[in-house]
Amino acid sequence: MVSMLIAVGSLTLIGLTLGTVLGAAARKFAVKEDPLEEELKAMMPGSQCGQCGYAGCSQYAAALAKGEAAITLCAPGGKPLVEALSAKLGVAADLSDMEDKGPEHAYIIEDLCIGCTRCIRECSTDAIMGANKLMHTIIVDACHGCSKCVKVCPTDAIVMVQYPMTLANWHWPKPEIENTPPKPALVHAQ
Amino acid sequence: MKLFPIRGGIHPEYRKDMTSEKAIVAMPMPAALYIPLQQHIGAPAEVLVAEGDLVRKGQMIARNQGAVSASQHAPTSGRITSVAEVAAPHPSGLPQKTIIIEPDGKDEWADLPEPIADPFAADPHTIHDRVAQSGIVGMGGAAFPSAVKLNLGAQKKLETLLLNGAECEPYLTCDDRVMREYPDEVIDGARIMAHALGTAKVVIGIEQNKPQAIEIMTRAAAAFPEIKVVAVPVQYPMGSERHLVQAITGRETPARKLTADLGIVVHNVATARAVHHAVRFGRPLVARVVTVSGGAIREPSNVMTPIGTKVSDLVEFCGGFSARPESVVNGGPMMGQPLPSLDVPVVKGTSGILAMTAEEINNSPTSACIRCGACVTICPCGLSPVDMAAFIRKDNLDVAAKLGVMDCFSCGSCSWVCPSHIPLVHYFNYAKGVLRELESERRKSERIKTLAEVRTIRIEKAAEAKRAALAAKSKPAADAAPPGGETKATTEEKVNA
Ligand code: SF4
Ligand code: SF4
Repeated sequence: MVSMLIAVGSLTLIGLTLGTVLGAAARKFAVKEDPLEEELKAMMPGSQCGQCGYAGCSQYAAALAKGEAAITLCAPGGKPLVEALSAKLGVAADLSDMEDKGPEHAYIIEDLCIGCTRCIRECSTDAIMGANKLMHTIIVDACHGCSKCVKVCPTDAIVMVQYPMTLANWHWPKPEIENTPPKPALVHAQ
Repeated sequence: MKLFPIRGGIHPEYRKDMTSEKAIVAMPMPAALYIPLQQHIGAPAEVLVAEGDLVRKGQMIARNQGAVSASQHAPTSGRITSVAEVAAPHPSGLPQKTIIIEPDGKDEWADLPEPIADPFAADPHTIHDRVAQSGIVGMGGAAFPSAVKLNLGAQKKLETLLLNGAECEPYLTCDDRVMREYPDEVIDGARIMAHALGTAKVVIGIEQNKPQAIEIMTRAAAAFPEIKVVAVPVQYPMGSERHLVQAITGRETPARKLTADLGIVVHNVATARAVHHAVRFGRPLVARVVTVSGGAIREPSNVMTPIGTKVSDLVEFCGGFSARPESVVNGGPMMGQPLPSLDVPVVKGTSGILAMTAEEINNSPTSACIRCGACVTICPCGLSPVDMAAFIRKDNLDVAAKLGVMDCFSCGSCSWVCPSHIPLVHYFNYAKGVLRELESERRKSERIKTLAEVRTIRIEKAAEAKRAALAAKSKPAADAAPPGGETKATTEEKVNA
C-alpha cells in the first residue's frame, strides 16, 4: 500500500515538474508558425512514411517552405502532388521522367510470407494485419502506397500493384481532340 | 390541371411507332440466365447459393447487404452452374460477379411469401420490407432500390406520389405498353406505394404522345379520387424526376436536394406494377418488359424478358439483325449507354435494347464551336455546356465544377443540338468521373491521415507506459531516498537513453 502511494505520488510529481518545464520551454522557445509551411503541410499525404528522407510530412513541408528540398521527393503524393507543389511554390519541376503510374497499393504474396512482422512495424498507417509467424495481409483501404514495407521484407513477399479497374471506378475517357483547326507546331525557343 | 413550363429541352424525332402498337410478348426461357449481383445503385448483393444448387423460380439467390442494395432472385427453376465473373451490361464491358443458372424447363415457383391481405391496413413497414425482400429497383433505368425510396416517408413530410409514365426517350415504348395492358396493376401498385409513403395524392404523368395510355389510365383511375392522370407536354427530358416535378408543381428541386424535399416522391410505372406483384402475390422481380427496337432489328418488339437473359438471345428472339448495327445501346438513344458486346445480360434497369444503323446515328465529324449558344438555350438544368466543355478540354476541371458540371445529368440535349457536333455530354461524363475519383481519393487521404495520427498517438502512449513501468520498477530501489530530484533524474535518464 505504502509503496503504491509512493509510486503514485512520485509519478504525479514527475508529471507536474515535467509539465511545468515543458510549458515554460514552449513559451520561451515558441516558434512562429510559418503560414506557407502550414499550407504545404496540409497538401502532404500526412501518412508520415518518411520516404522523402525527412522524419515526416511536417518536416518535409518545413524544408520545402525554406526552399531546401526538392519538390519531387514524396512517393505517395506522386505526380499530382508535384504538380500542386510546383504551382504553389512557383518552382518548375521536370515531370518528364516522373511517370504517372497511378495509385498503387502493397500486396503480400502469401506463400512467401514467413510472418516476421517487420512490415507491420514499418507501416505508418496500420494497413498490415497479421501476427508473429502467421501470414500477413494488406488492408487495401488503409494502404497509401508508400512501399516502405516492400523494402523491409526479408523474403521479397511484398509487391506494389495497381488498383484494378472495376465497374465502380471506371469512367469515360476524355473525348479525343476534335478536328479543330490544326495548331501551328511551334516549340518554345531555348 | 395547370401545368408549368420546364426550362430548355428538345424535340427529337421519336420513332416510337416501331413498337408502340406491338403487344407485349413473352420470350421462351433461354438456355442460360446470368444474374449479376449488382444490377442497382448501391452495394452488390451477397451470394446465397453455390455451384450445383437447385433453385426454384422466385427463390432468393443473393441477399441485399448494407443500407442501399437489392436482392436477386432466380427468374426460373433450374441449377446453378457457377458463380463467375461475366461482362456487365456497361460501356466498359468490365466483368462483374454473376450467378449463372441453367433452367430446367419446369419454371416451378418456390414457396413465396404470403400475399399481404389488406395492404392499405398494413403498417408501412410491412410494405417496405416486402418491397425490399422482392428485390425491386427503379425500372425506369436508374435502378435505385425502391424500398429505400419508399422509406422517405419516415424521414420527410410527403404530399404526393408522382408516377412517372412520361417515357420521354425516343424509341422506348415499354412503359406505354405496360400502362395500356396492365392499367389496374399499375394503379394498385401506385396506391400501395402511396400508402407506404403516407402521401394523400397520386399524380400519374404521361406525355401527350401516348393518347391511348392516357385514356386507359384515366379510366382505370376513375374509381380513386386521390389519383389524377395528367397529360404532360412532349418535351425531352420530361421523364427526368426533377423536370416532371417542375412541370406538375411548378417547383424546382434545388441542386443536391431530392424531390422528396419538396414533398414529392417519383416512381416509375413499371416499378408500381412490380410492387403490386410483390405485395399481392409475394412474387419478386424476376422479369421485365424490354423494348427491342432500332433500324437494325428485324422485328422490333416489346418483350417480357426474364432477368439475366443474354442480349444476344433477346435479339435473336426478335428475328436477329436485318442490317449491320452501327451501335447497340442499353436504354434509350439519348441517355442509354453503348454496349460493347451482345454477350451481356438484361438487368432490372434495362428498359430498351436498341440496335441502330449508321443512318440512325449522327457520326458527323466535329468542328469548331461557332458560339451559337444553342446548347445554353436548351440545357434543362440551366448550365452553360459550351463553357464547361471548353474548360474540361483544357483540363481545368475545377472551373468546370464551379460552373456546375456535377449538376449535369447527362441528358445529352446539348450534344444533340450542337451544330458543330461537339461531343459535349461526353466531356461532362468524363469530367464527372474524374471529379468523383478525386473526391474519393481526397476522402481516402483524410482517412489515411487519421490512421497515421492514431498510430503516432498509440506509439507515444506505449512509450510513455514503458517509461512509467520502468520508473515504477526502479522505485523500490530508490525507496529509501526521499522522492524528488533524484527520481526525476532517473526518469530523465531513461528518456534520454
Ligand atoms: S447533358 Fe448536361 S449540360 Fe448537356 S443539356 Fe443535358 S444537363 Fe445540360
Ligand atoms: S451548341 Fe455547339 S456550337 Fe453552339 S455554342 Fe454550344 S458548343 Fe458551341
